[in-house]
Amino acid sequence: MAREVVEAPIPGKILEVYVKEGDKIEEGDVICTLESMKMENPIVAPVSGVVNEVKVSPEQAIKSGETIAVIEY
Amino acid sequence: MPQTGFAEFFTGGPFPASYVIMVVIGLVFVYLGIAKKWEPLLLVPIGFSLLLVNLFPGLMAVEQTRTIEAPFDGQVTAIEVSAGDAVVEGDHLFDLTLDAGGVKAIQSPVDGIVGELKVTEGQHVSQGEALTELELSGTLLTGAEPTGLFARIFHYGIQWEIIPILIFLGLGAMTDFGPLIANPKTLLLGAAAQFGVYFVFFMALFIGFSIPEACSIGIIGGADGPTTVYLTAALAPGLLAATAPAAYSYMAMVPIIQPPVIKLLTTKEERKIYMKPQLREVSKLERIAFPFIISIVIILLVPEAAPLIGAFMVGNLLLVSGVTGRLAETAGGPFMNVLTILLGLAIGGIMTADNFLRISSLEIFGLGLVAFATATAFGVLVAKLMNKFSKEPINPMIGAAGVSAVPMSARVVQRMGQKENPRNFLLMHAMGPNLAGVIGTITAAGIFLSLVG
Repeated sequence: MAREVVEAPIPGKILEVYVKEGDKIEEGDVICTLESMKMENPIVAPVSGVVNEVKVSPEQAIKSGETIAVIEY
Repeated sequence: MPQTGFAEFFTGGPFPASYVIMVVIGLVFVYLGIAKKWEPLLLVPIGFSLLLVNLFPGLMAVEQTRTIEAPFDGQVTAIEVSAGDAVVEGDHLFDLTLDAGGVKAIQSPVDGIVGELKVTEGQHVSQGEALTELELSGTLLTGAEPTGLFARIFHYGIQWEIIPILIFLGLGAMTDFGPLIANPKTLLLGAAAQFGVYFVFFMALFIGFSIPEACSIGIIGGADGPTTVYLTAALAPGLLAATAPAAYSYMAMVPIIQPPVIKLLTTKEERKIYMKPQLREVSKLERIAFPFIISIVIILLVPEAAPLIGAFMVGNLLLVSGVTGRLAETAGGPFMNVLTILLGLAIGGIMTADNFLRISSLEIFGLGLVAFATATAFGVLVAKLMNKFSKEPINPMIGAAGVSAVPMSARVVQRMGQKENPRNFLLMHAMGPNLAGVIGTITAAGIFLSLVG
């Protein structure tokens, strides 16, 4: 199976995580909310598949390029 | 009760329902702010203060009479006016032969009607003794002295051009110019969106507005509230009751106005264009140099923009210097909040039925919408052009963020981009033109001021 690594596009703080490992997910579904530049930014799934790993938790600070989740499809 | 707008309604003034209409408009503003969260920090105070001022117009009262007093002890040797005469500022009223020697001509300090004369020729008067009383017919917008609370806030805050400039200081202390510094090409998109301002300037002239009025209407296209207030106060204060709420309500309606314009001018394939999310890191030195470079360049090119761009850049220097964190925190926090409250009260205060319920207000709201839409369109079209010549693909939607509604238009682009292509994260790419748009709108206002002011 192919793996899609979802990375943080900008640095910020994770506010909420909406998925857990093993969840089925559709393209466009929100994985988590990232607060950056005083805005709440939804991070969405780029592909449909199954969530293989979730690397973030609420209140966690994150740098751009760090892994948020891995989706197998 | 006789002093209230409702009294006008019940006793039948010239347009008795006007006060009630304004109260309803005030309630709508408050509703949009609270229920829809449209620019609540401004629409709530604006809405409630416009409700108050139309319930009690005394809040915007101005001086009704002015007593003319003897400036020194002396004898009245000439009376040049009679009761009931209309006089203008500078008209000769009395001659006073001073006890200390010499003759003092007493002139009218304002336009008005001469009331009862309290002295006769040959009479000796003491310093401070009333000579006559002038009945004044001026309004706040024609230079009358304010006496009501909101009138004072409006006069000293807006007409003296203090609040909009200080708001820029606060905005500067809240703004991270990193995305613009990382990708300075996006300055072009901020400049492109200003074509909307000039387009509507000419439209307003065509419709019949004067040049200063057309400047104040065109600037609404920049989607920058403080700049609109600043420019209108300087060039056409009579239009403030319409241009200020138009600018702020269109800023609030960015998510409604921009998407159809963007969709009209781009194909689905263009909206899907992927841009790498990360911009390069911006060094501290670059961040510190930025306010100096922008201030020098803009002020040399457009000196009239100096107060706005200067305040904006001072605020930003406080943020990025690394040694004035307390000042930046205050400027972008409590200081900004106080200014926002005062701005809301002043703008709501000027929105009396007399000032707002005019055909020209409808025209201004219509032209403002065109200005905003065309500014968006020009930004998108120039971004499409840049995409044709750029090595790295440019999603044309980021051009729409060239209007300076920060960060609303960047968020619209981000949301639309993500919807079209879930891999896309255009926020930082859109913030560049968005921030450039603020600088562009300030520059456009400076150009208008230097040509017309």
